[in-house]
Amino acid sequence: MKQKRISELVAWIAKKPVNIGTDESLFESGLLDSFALTDLVSALEKEYNIHVPDGDLNPRKFDTLDKIAEYIEAKQ
Amino acid sequence: MAYLRGFGKYLPERVVDNVEMAALLGVEPDWIREMSGIEARRFARADESVAEMAAAAGVEALERSGVAATELGLILVASGSSERRFPGPASEVQYRLGATQAVAMDVPMASAGALFALAQAEVWALRASKILVVAAEKMSGVVMTQPMEAGTAMLFGDGAGACVVDSQAGRARIVDFELGTDGANAGELKLEFGAAVHMNGRMVILHAARKVPAAIRTVLARAGLEATDVRMFLMHQANANLLAKIAQTLGVAVDKFYSNIARYGNTSSASMLIAAREWDEGFASGEKVVFAAFGAGFQWGAMLVEGV
Repeated sequence: MKQKRISELVAWIAKKPVNIGTDESLFESGLLDSFALTDLVSALEKEYNIHVPDGDLNPRKFDTLDKIAEYIEAKQ
Repeated sequence: MAYLRGFGKYLPERVVDNVEMAALLGVEPDWIREMSGIEARRFARADESVAEMAAAAGVEALERSGVAATELGLILVASGSSERRFPGPASEVQYRLGATQAVAMDVPMASAGALFALAQAEVWALRASKILVVAAEKMSGVVMTQPMEAGTAMLFGDGAGACVVDSQAGRARIVDFELGTDGANAGELKLEFGAAVHMNGRMVILHAARKVPAAIRTVLARAGLEATDVRMFLMHQANANLLAKIAQTLGVAVDKFYSNIARYGNTSSASMLIAAREWDEGFASGEKVVFAAFGAGFQWGAMLVEGV
């Protein structure tokens, strides 16, 4: 389950536990703000050995744990 | 070869603190400071134009450079908030300065406009010899009108910054620059005539936080330098949190990023040259200074200069 590891990364960056559904917005829930998102993208690149190109730098792609997991699946 | 000879600035007299701004926007003063690091900004008079502010900054830059307006071969004026579709403020700045020998051109770019104008000046230097680069913004005229969006309006202030670029001599030599444009995101930060500023803040921060450090690293790498070799980073003053993030990414202390955003807010294209004028203590021989900016377009870049 990628979502579990992604949730751990989000919790580490947000410095608070992730108690939301995998389809709920990380932004609207207050877990991530604009600056934390940049850290999350960097952490995902390192964790999954992927490169997020400029064309994919869109908050909508990283809005929920499910969307992040789907994105990483597609990149691997 | 081109040199930065001297800087100038102009800030309107009226100080608008967060208490006044919060009352206008219906938010809490502390929220403005926490979200942006801004404590006050300047607002121009209702009858004060972009060209008027630009000329005032230009006068100071010329005085501090020991250059007469009549020596100028080119004037470049960056602004994203000029009052007219045409002509832009450049020709009026030329008239106000009495720079009768200068060709005047507009650089209609917000935020990164001063950096792009400096880069243009470097390219033009041999032909024009002495160039005045000015960036001036009257952001209050566009963000403090309806429809008003608090998260955007709280950020901006008015002002102008200027720099004389000279092909022969100056305090710092332009070593290199790296510019970028990503037109796919042109709609994410824009100002239509008669509309409010539209800013997808998450998108802007996400791109700025990656593209600006990348541009800085590129220009430093070409010179065989590391970020830690740089004496000072003079950036477009968009957001204090963004400056801190970029400093962190580059692995340098945040106090290497000059910041006046608490006092002036985001003065868009003007901010980088206002910062340069205020930091003006530097440019000792051999010292490396990096200018950098990110803004609507998206357009961004970095410029390396070295004290002479």
